[in-house]
Amino acid sequence: MNIYVLLKKTFDTEEKIQVSGGKIEDDGAEFIINPYDEYAVEEAINLRDTHGGEVTVVTVGDEESEQQLRTALAMGADQAVLINTEDDVEEGDQVTTVKILEAFFKDKEADIILAGNVAIDEASGQVGPRLADKLDIPYVTTITAINIDGETVNIERDVEGDVEKLETSLPLLVTCQQGLNEPRYPSLPGIMKAKKKPLEELEIDDLDLDEDDVEPKTKTTEIYLPPEKEAGKVLEGEIDDQVKELVSLLKSEAKVL
Amino acid sequence: MSKFLAFGEARDGELRNVSFETVAAARQIDESSEVVAVVFTDANAESFANEMIKHGADRAVTVEHSDLKEYTTDAYTQAAMAVIEQENPDGLVMGHTSAGKDLSPRLASKLDNGLISDVTSIEGSGDDATFVRPIYSGKAFEKKQITDGKTFITIRPNNIPPQEADDSRSGDVTSIDVDIKDLRTIIKEVIRKASEGVDLSEANIIVAGGRGVKSEEGFEPLHEMADVLGAAVGASRGACDAGYCDYSLQIGQTGKVVTPDLYFAVGISGAIQHLAGMSNSKVIVAINKDPEANIFNVADYGIVGDLFDVVPKLTEELKALKG
Repeated sequence: MNIYVLLKKTFDTEEKIQVSGGKIEDDGAEFIINPYDEYAVEEAINLRDTHGGEVTVVTVGDEESEQQLRTALAMGADQAVLINTEDDVEEGDQVTTVKILEAFFKDKEADIILAGNVAIDEASGQVGPRLADKLDIPYVTTITAINIDGETVNIERDVEGDVEKLETSLPLLVTCQQGLNEPRYPSLPGIMKAKKKPLEELEIDDLDLDEDDVEPKTKTTEIYLPPEKEAGKVLEGEIDDQVKELVSLLKSEAKVL
Repeated sequence: MSKFLAFGEARDGELRNVSFETVAAARQIDESSEVVAVVFTDANAESFANEMIKHGADRAVTVEHSDLKEYTTDAYTQAAMAVIEQENPDGLVMGHTSAGKDLSPRLASKLDNGLISDVTSIEGSGDDATFVRPIYSGKAFEKKQITDGKTFITIRPNNIPPQEADDSRSGDVTSIDVDIKDLRTIIKEVIRKASEGVDLSEANIIVAGGRGVKSEEGFEPLHEMADVLGAAVGASRGACDAGYCDYSLQIGQTGKVVTPDLYFAVGISGAIQHLAGMSNSKVIVAINKDPEANIFNVADYGIVGDLFDVVPKLTEELKALKG
């Protein structure tokens, strides 16, 4: 089976966010594989181990994204592709990313493409569904279980807490939700092997695209931090009195009851 | 005059609140616009349409079809494209719900259009309209504009206030016949897990438990308090990882990002990942036996104490208030 994973590098969830010069400050920040993309990598490896084939991990990013691709290779993916847009794309949005991925996937004959259901940084959740539409293949978002039997695919997906069971077929794009699996940690031998696994680096020129082809259709005019919350009132006294005081505060001061 | 489509969303035979919020958002983007409510359903289309008109829409277009009972990407795309082709709107507003998240990128792709998702407020109007959305799970915000094409946004439920219903409002309701075909996914079964209780993303009040709740049974007092308040129950990642509750209840950087009016953090220490998911709630109450817990730094009100003592007493007090 020809299995692909869309992967994005994101800030570590532990990171505090700072803004400088109208941009998110990323100097010295720790980066990780977007947690939802980790589920996609894990599931891709499991599908390959069950059905055979190869797992290719693809990212649209910068030079530094190699680190996250190597991590995916260390987990067990077979090869990686870094589409480096650092020099060509100044401002991009989901339209940009999908144009690039569409050009990449045009001749790939992917059986299944797995992605995270959302990235924890910009959180648009658009890239997977948009790409599937451009490739004219079905997609299923927020999956929590997948079972492939020949061309038939049975899926469970999370719909705001409900579980929806559905049937579809390959080729297919899915986006992964928490609960799908437990992503493995790369093993030491895995990390050693990853260094030798193929990692292809492309620029948009290699995909017959230039900057005009990937123009965004939205723009960001401002990035800012929410006002810092001041620590509130910790109540004192007997618990019974505190409870009474709390209810009264919520009613008359905060006016939320 | 510009024209906006405001997409309604039905669930379990009722219109969700976010339907009225899409109408309000469209109106906010351009006060003088014609706001056309759009309803997809297998039944009751006309009554849903009239409800949206009472909440501020000028008229409505509906598609009623047995394949529109449950949301599926293909059926809803076909219905939506039929409406868009007929109406050729200047803008589209949809809820950032499970269905809206799944459908909106597909439509944006088909229209070759930009899409600003998960909008929590709107500034300016007309061509200058700017859309505010949380990024990094609410650790920061960005303002975005559409530079080309239709104004296409999804709005986070519970953030843009809907207009009050006005029973004297009326408008045309027209229905379109759509030949829904070539469905590539078939829903076999839906297991309702979330139906008991209030939907987290639309809840005005949330009672969330963390590791301090200690067990699945430990969530019982939280459920009782939630019932009294008409609140939804949520959880921290710690509680989900420990198996006390389902991942669908998880609030945080991975999990749901919520902005209720009132958030009770019960036995939650307040890891940065959890704060990202809830710190923009209007009022936060922390209940924790550890006075040093980080959650007290973002809480408006805190009680230091054993949750198994505090929560039942609080429930009684709230019951008396709601009496």
